[in-house]
Amino acid sequence: MKRFSRVLSVLFWLIIPWGAKAAEGKILATPGVSQIEGSAGGGIVPWAQLAGYASEDEWSLSGFCSRANLTDFRLDVCGVQANLFDHVEFSIARQQFDVPALNTQIEQQIIGAKWRVYGDIVYSTWPQVSVGWQHKSLKDGSVARLVGAETTSGNDFYVSASQLHLGAVAGLNWFWGVTARHTSANQLGLLGHGGEKSNTKWMVEASSAVFLSPYWAVGAEYRQKPDNLGLGETHWRDWFVAWFPNKSLSVTAAYLDLGSIAGAPNQTGWYLSFMGYY
Amino acid sequence: MAMVRNWFCRALIIGCVLLSGCSQLPRASLYQQIGGEQGSEQLVDAFIQQIGNDPQILPYFEKASVAHFRAGFLAHLCAVLDGPCAYRGDSMEQIHRGMNINERDFNRVVELLIAAMNETQMPVTLQNRVLARLAPMRGEIIHL
Repeated sequence: MKRFSRVLSVLFWLIIPWGAKAAEGKILATPGVSQIEGSAGGGIVPWAQLAGYASEDEWSLSGFCSRANLTDFRLDVCGVQANLFDHVEFSIARQQFDVPALNTQIEQQIIGAKWRVYGDIVYSTWPQVSVGWQHKSLKDGSVARLVGAETTSGNDFYVSASQLHLGAVAGLNWFWGVTARHTSANQLGLLGHGGEKSNTKWMVEASSAVFLSPYWAVGAEYRQKPDNLGLGETHWRDWFVAWFPNKSLSVTAAYLDLGSIAGAPNQTGWYLSFMGYY
Repeated sequence: MAMVRNWFCRALIIGCVLLSGCSQLPRASLYQQIGGEQGSEQLVDAFIQQIGNDPQILPYFEKASVAHFRAGFLAHLCAVLDGPCAYRGDSMEQIHRGMNINERDFNRVVELLIAAMNETQMPVTLQNRVLARLAPMRGEIIHL
């Protein structure tokens, strides 16, 4: 909690000097926000866009902190991204997963990279396409081993396609994104990778949103997940509202339905995320 | 089951009636929706004001004639938005060749146009429809 608020205040007062910015080359809101593993995306799904407002000859930095409060758990994440010329995105995120019932915390670090392969979500005929990688490692793998995970670190690879259609839904802008992810992670990797029923698989993830105005978007997300541990791990869903008051800040709130986590069913709750762009 | 089918058929019939009803209504062109000649003149004048006040974009217009740009953009807008005009000016490629416009400056001009549309009180849904017509031209404008 302390670290969460500390990083948040650093974000607000140092990384976002109001006005001065490294990059403003994209249209408001088009880079999206940060997903909980640190890549540019929605809340739970990475999108094809790269983080921040950098266009072809600019670089940008961005940072975020997010909190998910669930029935039996809490997840805090903070992370930063660098966007180089809207071709490559590098990210680092740190997750802290609180399990009050066991009076324990699981910490995970995720480093990521994403390459834009084709297109622009607004202008190209076909959707923007990116490929990405996320390397996840647990600080202390004891819980993961306890529940039967094979390893305490692992790699996800994904391909994402996204597009924004101007005026497509009753004159409102409509966004969609689809991601295919090759993964062996149990609950993002917080419970390690692989397990008794282990097999690395391709999972499907999807997001859709409508912009009610240039500043407000509402949408939903879906993320398919493997059940390597045989603990009944289920798909995740969320419904979100995102606010983009300017090119320095975004705020996202969501209702989460994360199904069963580590054998505890019906994990629903609230999500709040702040992101600063420089 | 029979009831479900019954409801389904009824919904289908209502849907068809609604759809055919809509398609028979003559829909105003985007040009008419933005206020025809008067509306587009207001919009283009507001856009020119926006450009004039923007240090990032103004240099592109250093050697341009405002009157020529105004007349050309009005005619082009009218044609693109299904108005009663034919655009006979230079092509987008001819106009922008040698300017070497990058993505950032292109998007800045889009933002200035949005600011101009806001100034003329155009609803966001109409703004989006106008932008949807203009966006595909980016390939004939940037990197030339």
